[in-house]
Amino acid sequence: MVWIPTRLKALYLMGAIRGTLQLRPRPRLRSRYSFLKIVCCWLLAVFCFFGFFHRANAQTPENILIVGQIAEPKSMDPHAATALNDFRILMNMYDGLVRYKPGTLEIEPALAKAWTISKDGKHYTFTLRQGVKFHDGTEFTAEAVKFNFERMLNDTHPYHKTGPFPLAFFFSVVESVIVKGRYSVEFVLKEPFAPFLSNLAYPTGLIVSPAAVKKHGKAFGRQPVGTGAFQFAEWQGNQKVVITRNTAYWDSAPTLEAVIFRPITDANTRVAEMLAGGIDLMVEVPPDNLAMFEKAKDVTVYQQTGPHVWFLILNMKHGPFKDKRMRQAVNYAINKQALVNNVLQGTAVIAAGPTPPVFTWAYNESLQPYPYDPEKARKLIKAAGYQGEKLTFYVTEGGSGMLEPVAMGTAIQADLAKVGLKVVIESYEWNTFLGKVNPGLGEKADMAEMAWMINDPDTLPYLALRTAAWPDKGGFNSGYYTNPEVDALLKAARKTTDQAQRGQLYRKVQAIVHDDAPWAFIAHWQQNAVAHHSVKGFQLQPSFFLLLKDVQKQR
Amino acid sequence: MLTYIGYRLLAITPVLLGLSLLVFLVMALIPGDPATAILGNFATPENVARLNQQLGLDKSLAEQYFIWLSHLVQGDWGRSYSLNRLVLDEVLERFHATLILAGAAWLLCSVFGLLAGVIAAVRQYSWIDKIVTFVVLVGISMPAFWLGLLLIMLFAVEWQWLPASGMYAIYGGGDIRDLLTHLVLPALTLSIVAMGVVARLTRSAMLEVLRLDYIRTARAKGLKEHRVVFRHALKAALVNIIPVMAIQAGFVLGGAVYIETVFQWPGIGRMLVNAIASRDILLVQGGVLMVATAYVLFNLCADIAQHALDPRLRLRNRI
Repeated sequence: MVWIPTRLKALYLMGAIRGTLQLRPRPRLRSRYSFLKIVCCWLLAVFCFFGFFHRANAQTPENILIVGQIAEPKSMDPHAATALNDFRILMNMYDGLVRYKPGTLEIEPALAKAWTISKDGKHYTFTLRQGVKFHDGTEFTAEAVKFNFERMLNDTHPYHKTGPFPLAFFFSVVESVIVKGRYSVEFVLKEPFAPFLSNLAYPTGLIVSPAAVKKHGKAFGRQPVGTGAFQFAEWQGNQKVVITRNTAYWDSAPTLEAVIFRPITDANTRVAEMLAGGIDLMVEVPPDNLAMFEKAKDVTVYQQTGPHVWFLILNMKHGPFKDKRMRQAVNYAINKQALVNNVLQGTAVIAAGPTPPVFTWAYNESLQPYPYDPEKARKLIKAAGYQGEKLTFYVTEGGSGMLEPVAMGTAIQADLAKVGLKVVIESYEWNTFLGKVNPGLGEKADMAEMAWMINDPDTLPYLALRTAAWPDKGGFNSGYYTNPEVDALLKAARKTTDQAQRGQLYRKVQAIVHDDAPWAFIAHWQQNAVAHHSVKGFQLQPSFFLLLKDVQKQR
Repeated sequence: MLTYIGYRLLAITPVLLGLSLLVFLVMALIPGDPATAILGNFATPENVARLNQQLGLDKSLAEQYFIWLSHLVQGDWGRSYSLNRLVLDEVLERFHATLILAGAAWLLCSVFGLLAGVIAAVRQYSWIDKIVTFVVLVGISMPAFWLGLLLIMLFAVEWQWLPASGMYAIYGGGDIRDLLTHLVLPALTLSIVAMGVVARLTRSAMLEVLRLDYIRTARAKGLKEHRVVFRHALKAALVNIIPVMAIQAGFVLGGAVYIETVFQWPGIGRMLVNAIASRDILLVQGGVLMVATAYVLFNLCADIAQHALDPRLRLRNRI
């Protein structure tokens, strides 16, 4: 079967070459005839060739889900991983003490059955689930929890060297972890820290098997062992990561036999693979292709707004944006609806303030986005006495959560030009860009693009809007915003463990920041995914994580 | 001949040393550092400093370079920051994939390029010559990644004859047939420009040789035409074509960078792009050293082949 076409092919190839090389002057008729013969031979050869390779319509195997990822994972060690791309795999292999309730950003029990918080907000005591086993057969106990956090936080811990753990500062507030019993563990904090539970639900808080870390050391990131719904099976560099069903999962075993994650960096190729049937599910569909998938018959498009915000940092220390009217004018002058509709093609929603609406318990519903009002912007600019100074605008070429930074930057520049602002764009590659923006805009730039994905309403304002978060003090307040009231509210919110009360404080912060306009608030990204119709029970999470336990695949 | 090869092999060392120093300096000079790349949004000066210290990047540049070099001499290529894996393991695995792709592409470009060039030269100004010249021009001018996408759309999405990307089937497969199936599109795309260059050069080199007296003599003695063309003319023309084919070997290795991205081939090109984006100096060093060594070796092979074909060169270099 295989050999016949190959041999035929070889014969035709030889014929073709010989025919072509009957070369010297010949009667014209003969020459044309031989040329035709050559062409026929070649065509036949090509068809034989493809006959050899021809295969039936690509179909992925039953009950095995193939996911198109955006990049090669960096590490399967949740304490070492920093990218959403890695988190999408990790969340299916590990559990944390707590997790987000599916479809929300509310905390619910996971490996911890219950917990109590002391009145001063500094002692968190967790009662652990009993009988949970890591994939390597060892038992999950309070000692394992202690090992996990000390490995990350304690420089002298014997397995601290298996790091580095870049996001360990999520738990820098932890003073000590005390084992109270086989299934009871207490965290002592240096100071009250309300986002602690949210941070535990983040991938950095996932629990790894101490025995596996001891066995594999630094290579644990490539031989991961957790307690999750799926267990690690195989990682072929730049080709696939395979995880298989954990039949002994404490929270009912998944129906899928296995999940295969394929890194496909190039967005066009990812789309082509989806169309060709090489993958069942793809995340982060480029805006340009979304409309096409919406019209396609055999796929479903999923969209979900997440804890993301895209904004412009305005320099409040140097230049025209020292004046609040100028900052508000920028907010009025940008046509956010056009950005969302035309540049992002509906893959985002307009932002009203610094907090994404998915944090329902902390979001200020009464805030309205700055309307598009160039006339008002012009008046404000005139009142602020802007003399046509050049405004430098840092734009990045791409980066985590930055969406379409160049197109958006140019559209914003055009909008601002309409109200008389002279904006000059300087664009940089992502790492260079961060190196320019994070140390503060200083006198070099007046505005910069930025985007954050967060896990708690505290994160972004605390790291990027407080006076104590100016870059020289180690924060991300690159535009030098300062407002003592905001500082006080954020501090109070961290100390309160009552969620309703915290929410109230964050609503106030949003109202003040909205009016002060230290940023131009642009958009919240809607994460999207496309799945084949055979994929059932899939849901995108507001946390942006990919949870596949309840997914089924049927023909 | 052996002395010559030995001398050339020795000469590789300073080339690689200089190259590694250059790569190191460039990586140190471009803005951004591995810690910032790892931390992303969370790259505060404090976090960056702590991570740099853990990664051993808080030492002076010269110190870092010499530490790296002394480890390299002992066969330790270091550990990649971004992949958390030994550089040597990663580089060898990736290079293996690239060699398959680049090798196939080079073979395609050599065989078809030579063939097209010879045919075009032998039948100068004929139909076939015009077609070859035109196709070559289009091939050279077309951006290869764009062609790659078109081929994917046609063969993988529209007709579903060939897989769209990857090196092996994601489930099952793994045999040679599976590999070949996945190899067709990327190898073809990667070879197209190089094929054009080789065809063009072969055509002009052959045209030159075919006009020479000894070819007329060969024909006059009644040799069969394909013998004249292949044994006599092509052998002489090859002396000029071989160095270009060696350069094309370098070209397909370099071109693999973007072709691998389009076709998701798990090769060293894609690894280098990721390594540079995450400022992973050790991985970049390892990858560049590997590619450079391969490139130098290809050129050496080309020189040897040239010497084998051309007695005049052998005389001049006394080997």
